[in-house]
Amino acid sequence: MNKSIKKFLDAWRSPLSRNEALWGLLFLSPWIIGFLIFTLAPMIATLGFTFTNVTLTQEEPLRFVGLDNYLTLFKDAQVWQSLLVTLKFGAISLPVGLILPFALALILNNKYVRGKSFFRTMFYMPFVIPFVAGVFAWGGMMNYENGWFNEILRMLGVQNPPYWTNDINWIYPSLVIMGLWGVGNAMLINLAGLQGIPTELYDAAQVDGAGWWATLFNVTIPMISPVIFYSLTLGVVGVFQYFMVPLVLNNGTGAPGGQTMFFNLYLYKTFFTFQNMSYGATMAWFLFLVVLVVTVVLFRTSKYWVYYAGEGRQ
Amino acid sequence: MSNLFSRRNFRETGRSFFGTFGTLIILLAFLSPMLRVVTTALKTPEQVMATGSPVWPAKPAVLNYEGKDYDIYTVPTESGNRDLALYKKGREESIFLNPANPSEQIVWKGAWRTLQRSWQFSPAWDNFGEVWRLIDFPRLLYNTIAIAIISTTGTLASCILVAYGFARFRIPGKGFLFTLLISTIFLPGSVTLIPTYTVFAKIGWVGTWLPLLVPTFFANAYDVFLLRQYFLTIPREMDEAAMIDGAGPLRILFSIILPQSWPVVISVAIFHIVYAWNDYFGPLIYLSTKPELQPIAVGLSRFNGIHYTNPSLIQAATLMTMAIPLVIFLFCQRFFMQGVVVTGVEK
Repeated sequence: MNKSIKKFLDAWRSPLSRNEALWGLLFLSPWIIGFLIFTLAPMIATLGFTFTNVTLTQEEPLRFVGLDNYLTLFKDAQVWQSLLVTLKFGAISLPVGLILPFALALILNNKYVRGKSFFRTMFYMPFVIPFVAGVFAWGGMMNYENGWFNEILRMLGVQNPPYWTNDINWIYPSLVIMGLWGVGNAMLINLAGLQGIPTELYDAAQVDGAGWWATLFNVTIPMISPVIFYSLTLGVVGVFQYFMVPLVLNNGTGAPGGQTMFFNLYLYKTFFTFQNMSYGATMAWFLFLVVLVVTVVLFRTSKYWVYYAGEGRQ
Repeated sequence: MSNLFSRRNFRETGRSFFGTFGTLIILLAFLSPMLRVVTTALKTPEQVMATGSPVWPAKPAVLNYEGKDYDIYTVPTESGNRDLALYKKGREESIFLNPANPSEQIVWKGAWRTLQRSWQFSPAWDNFGEVWRLIDFPRLLYNTIAIAIISTTGTLASCILVAYGFARFRIPGKGFLFTLLISTIFLPGSVTLIPTYTVFAKIGWVGTWLPLLVPTFFANAYDVFLLRQYFLTIPREMDEAAMIDGAGPLRILFSIILPQSWPVVISVAIFHIVYAWNDYFGPLIYLSTKPELQPIAVGLSRFNGIHYTNPSLIQAATLMTMAIPLVIFLFCQRFFMQGVVVTGVEK
């Protein structure tokens, strides 16, 4: 700490580097000001709200309530239910979100697939479609009466095809399917990772007599573990914040049977429908702390399983 | 020897064929909802509701003969299925007309009620006109484009400056600031939402575009990162040469850095335009009481809330929402792909 302060003061004393630092700060200022106004100040205000009874209409007099909101939160069955919903969805969407783009990248990187740039463009293309349009496009596919999924299932002889988004057993797979068109970004990142693996490693594996699966698990996956780590971290953060598709799909009612009342959706309703600022703020800070802990844990564990080729041995 | 070579060659070709063909099948399944959007958008509401109607847009075929319409059915005959017009209905046998030669009468033994209607290709183009009018498409398009252009301008202007600051200047605490910037990617939006919304409501910005536009002028982590990575690849010697010639920092940015960075600048611009097209939550909460100011994603969801009983109109509106980003993508796909790879791999 002392060292960095000393460095800071040294830099400040020399007019030339002070000039450079001032110019630099001037260029950074849009972000620094924006961070203070649109991120830091609202975060602190949100934290402040959690210790009060503030609402949008404020019918009761404003007062300090200590940890009451947090106690309510821990006793609120809906909070735990919505966290459970979020985790159940994540248990399906996270593996799909990691494996599917990786599998597509493997296919596009295979020497037996011709027309790679065509396929790459086509698999990426739906990424630019607004997700609201994606919900209606895939929603049509999953229509019970005339959706293509059920048409095909009936053709194959299935008597009672699922109701998909209206079926509590099929709702999470349905939501995952509705997000499939967003796979393009992760696919390209995986593909770039695969293309960055030196071919000598594959030659060496072949000399050692490794088969396809052995090569996959001992060369390919370790070599693109930074990409997996990046996707996993963003995926986990995304799952905790997931709620927009259910909001569009059934107007945030939580249908079917409360199975889409995600944590963030409950938060959204607490604030916008029930106008309870302090309780919404408490949920928001709770979510922030959960995401923070999960992210920190992921980063801590990353040194055991993420391999950065550029860094070498330490 | 040559025999071995050609057999091996043959096997390789076969594998390439199956590899490519298999990938094509996966691609078709992946894009099949688009096909369903298009076909449903071109169907009449009657066809959508009718059981046994074809996948492609069609209407029940009829024959106009001597001023009267006769329904055409698919009739199984000795010479295979034939499309014939039902002329005289009977319980055990009916008289049909051959549409190609209406004066020819054909007697068919069997219950006509068991027959399937014959369909004739007929796209309902009117659906698009109806959606255009009902959803006020020109208004939505104008709003979306205006928001996209202004917010892209704000993003480019601010992110270029900030990325230049991070890429080229020695600033005490820069490492910490950069980590802080990147960590905002992981920050849940809801932790800042409530006070931000409340303040915007207090100063009268709710119900205007300002909450969507103003923050874009204060830079964001993704685009700063993308631009900074690119600026770092430009050799410093060029800046230094310009500096010796007496160029100031702004001059260096505009005459050395930016002219060499246009691919990444275009990437950021296109990304942001598509982002603005896709944006739903911000416009939803800030413009919920002002339908006349809403962009297309919110308009589509509102349209679904009103017309959900008419799938062909919903799918026509969906197609109209998808079309423009897809066209932009197909023209500029190179810039998309480059940008993604930079943000993903180099982190």
